[in-house]
Amino acid sequence: MSQRIDVKDLNIYYGDFLAVEGVSMAIEPKSVTAFIGPSGCGKSTFLRTLNRMHEVIPGARVQGKVELEGVDLYGPDIDPVAVRRNVGMVFQRPNPFPTMSIKDNVLAGVKLNNKRIAKSDADELVESSLRGANLWNEVKDRLDKPGSGLSGGQQQRLCIARAIAVKPQVLLMDEPCSALDPISTLAIEDLIQQLKTSYTIVIVTHNMQQAARVSDKTAFFNIAGTGRPGRLIEMDDTSTIFSAPREKATEDYVSGRFG
Amino acid sequence: MTAATEATHVLLAGGHKARQRKDRTMTVLIWGAFVLAAVPLVSLLWVVISKGLHRLNGSFLSHSMRNVFGGMDAGGAYHAIAGTLLITLGASVIAVPLGLLVAIYLVEYGRGPLARAVTFFVDVMTGIPSIVAGLFAFAVFAIFFGPGIALGVMGSVALALLMTPVVVRSCEEMLKLVPNELREASYALGVPKWLTIVKVVLRTSVAGLTTGILLAVARVVGETAPLLIAAGTTASINFNLFSGRMMTLPVFIYDQYKQGPVPCRAGAAGVCIPTINYERAWAAALTLVLIVVVLNLLGRLVTRLFAPKLR
Repeated sequence: MSQRIDVKDLNIYYGDFLAVEGVSMAIEPKSVTAFIGPSGCGKSTFLRTLNRMHEVIPGARVQGKVELEGVDLYGPDIDPVAVRRNVGMVFQRPNPFPTMSIKDNVLAGVKLNNKRIAKSDADELVESSLRGANLWNEVKDRLDKPGSGLSGGQQQRLCIARAIAVKPQVLLMDEPCSALDPISTLAIEDLIQQLKTSYTIVIVTHNMQQAARVSDKTAFFNIAGTGRPGRLIEMDDTSTIFSAPREKATEDYVSGRFG
Repeated sequence: MTAATEATHVLLAGGHKARQRKDRTMTVLIWGAFVLAAVPLVSLLWVVISKGLHRLNGSFLSHSMRNVFGGMDAGGAYHAIAGTLLITLGASVIAVPLGLLVAIYLVEYGRGPLARAVTFFVDVMTGIPSIVAGLFAFAVFAIFFGPGIALGVMGSVALALLMTPVVVRSCEEMLKLVPNELREASYALGVPKWLTIVKVVLRTSVAGLTTGILLAVARVVGETAPLLIAAGTTASINFNLFSGRMMTLPVFIYDQYKQGPVPCRAGAAGVCIPTINYERAWAAALTLVLIVVVLNLLGRLVTRLFAPKLR
């Protein structure tokens, strides 16, 4: 069900500006990989290159390779739309479609693509996705109510349900808890632990405790100064990064002695 | 009272009176400005209603001006109402798709010099005097049909010319209001860009788009000058945009008012009304105002139906 990602010497540009330089890493299937680092170091940018979402920004381009089970995502015959169906994404701020009900939000990937789906299949997909996102019990009585009426944490879980309803192999999460309270955060973290049994999960977080709690591997990104490209400093097992990192910069960052 | 309390009291109480005075002055000024702005509107409505209501009846709404002359107590604006509705509909059929597509291009695709040029020309078009739009429509059709041509569809073209930039501008603003996050959410689900635009962007902004379009319609429905040239005047009912002259309400108003008072023979008081032309003009003006009001109410209704709901 889940796929591995190999990144080789990836440079990311916005126009002529080199935003992220020389990233190589392997992301294992059925595991959680966390990206940490200071603001502006390119972790979100890098995350978005894993499903070609950065391309929606004019002038953004990459050099190097991102391979999903050996297939280069930037190959000439690769369709970015198909890539995004396979590599789902959850954003920093919960963004359910305001014109849709809870149910329609979960089915958005199907409905927006004009695909026909039998009503029984649709109901089944809604239930399994909402159960997968730990939201079913809270919303099963109001599936036809607007998604924007839910609380922030519920909305974010709705977005996760929406993302897993298209049955991706990989799930990218860009600071999924930064707009949520600690209890909702805990709910999402529990969910991540469940999801990793069937998906490859990559999560960007500013919260180092969160990285330590949920991830198997952690990658530390840093930037030498404004206007300089972000770089991957080191990547290792999470326990190693937080106890005995190889690089001094990593140790300074995870211990809070940064700068 | 300790010294600290005293000092704090002075600190907190100071300037109270002066600020209250300023607050009152500004409140009076702002209310005054509001009343000043409302006076012309209310008085306009009052004049139109008081002068127009008298003749606005079933007969006025269901009869044309054919075979009506002198001070006859007859005739109506049916042909002009039909003409206004048809010509405005024709203009909308041209201007709304065009304007909406241009707005989508500018917001979703437009980059670089082409988009800047389009924006510039839309701005320039907004400032075209309406009579010039009428002359343009006439000139274009005169190439194919010879001089002296006047058709309903020419009026539609002239109005569309005035309407398109308004539609582009308002739709552009509405599309820009759709949060980028929704587009990204849609892309991340593997939805192609065109479907994202159709099913997320347009769907989310449909209430605003409708309002904008209806305001653009309201803007051109009262145009007189271009229709005078392009659609001409007639006393008869004409439902065909593509053949013959067509009367419209604003032109009807102008036409009636222009004819002035009717000289009546003494003793013809029952059959000949000296002010009949003015009465028709005011009744037509009231009809036009009512059409605009109905359009606006329709817009409100659509807005309410399609607006994103929270609960």
